[in-house]
Amino acid sequence: MALALSTETRVPDAMVPVPYRVVGRARETADTVTLSLEPAAEPIATPLAGQFNMLCAFGVGEVPISVSGVDQGHRLRHTVRAVGAVSQRLCAAEAGTLVGVRGPYGTDWGLESAFGQDVIVIAGGIGLAPLRPVVHELLRNRRHFRRATVLVGARAPEEMVFRGEVASWQASTRITVRTTVDYATAAWKGEVGVVPTLIAGVTIDPEVTTVMICGPEVMLRFTAAEVLGRGVAADRVRVSMERNMQCGIGRCGHCQLGPVLICTHGPVFPWSRVGPLLARREL
Amino acid sequence: MNTIADLIAKEEFFAGLDQSTLEFVAGCGRNVRFAAGDRILTEGEPADTFYLLRSGSVAITFYVPGQGGVIVDTIGAQDVLGWSWLFDPYRWQFDAEAREDVSAVAFDGVCLRTKCDGDPQLGYSLILRFARVMLKRLQSVRMRVLDIYGSGPLN
Repeated sequence: MALALSTETRVPDAMVPVPYRVVGRARETADTVTLSLEPAAEPIATPLAGQFNMLCAFGVGEVPISVSGVDQGHRLRHTVRAVGAVSQRLCAAEAGTLVGVRGPYGTDWGLESAFGQDVIVIAGGIGLAPLRPVVHELLRNRRHFRRATVLVGARAPEEMVFRGEVASWQASTRITVRTTVDYATAAWKGEVGVVPTLIAGVTIDPEVTTVMICGPEVMLRFTAAEVLGRGVAADRVRVSMERNMQCGIGRCGHCQLGPVLICTHGPVFPWSRVGPLLARREL
Repeated sequence: MNTIADLIAKEEFFAGLDQSTLEFVAGCGRNVRFAAGDRILTEGEPADTFYLLRSGSVAITFYVPGQGGVIVDTIGAQDVLGWSWLFDPYRWQFDAEAREDVSAVAFDGVCLRTKCDGDPQLGYSLILRFARVMLKRLQSVRMRVLDIYGSGPLN
């Protein structure tokens, strides 16, 4: 007789990945690719800018990866850096490979709340991936915003993701885009220095400015400090956090940061909520 | 027509100095312009000037054999270029090149040092301003040492 699973032990739907097929793979840097994925079954709900999906390399494991784009036909773009077993397998996925997708999860950038205001987008390294849909939205609905500024930092020119696209943003007169790298040869036409140093050159009207920052935690701290120093209130500064998210739905607790779970309360937080937590060494 | 004192009064670097001090300092300054591609400082040459950039952009570079000039920093309007004129042996440690047309106020280092020696209060005030610039650049270098874009989860 077949053994029926009890309600308590049944795997919740939220933990079952939907199969998606890799239909494109664009190399961004030496260790980073952008995968284009199309549903091979009923697609997941359309992600909002800032949300993430759990991507599964079958037989290896799952990782949380922010959504770097949603195209027509439920096509998803995910930008993945090869840093561990799962992400290495995902980065190596050829066209036709099936991967699992769970999501979308977490909070979004809430760009609508910045309508009528100045928006400053600040990205470091692969942190540009979850902000890419925001930049697209700024370009698409430019009239909804006042000044729009995008600051992008990377270690070196060849380590900047979406290089071609960033160049096209720079060519556009609709938004201001400045790039910086840690070091470069004379061929580099952007700035040299860390991305927080670009903030000094941005006109900021603190009362009507919303800032969106994504990058490694160290970069978030320095960048937020610089923005706060210019008078922007902490609840006007939004950051996207990345911690050890395992389940993506607030059950496992791996991504807990004090009283918050990054996967469900975040990944996008106002700095007023996570800034004080990041300053606590015990967390 | 704007005098040098008028020009530097608008610059953040000199914010807080009274008019007579501004005029005293401005006595060592002159307007200069560089075209894109012009070399402004050359490593090893006598450091006798500092520049307060009013517009344009400058790359601070270091010559690395086999690689050419590696850009270690870029600075722009309201930034200060050069502090080797303050310290013995008064030689530039890096090269600097205009990346686009630059207008600046150039200050004669010997003139300023002489005025600071004779007026310790002015000297202290200027040193504080340079220290603030140096601190900012030092912090920027420390962030690079931390490799602020490099850390992340190991998935």
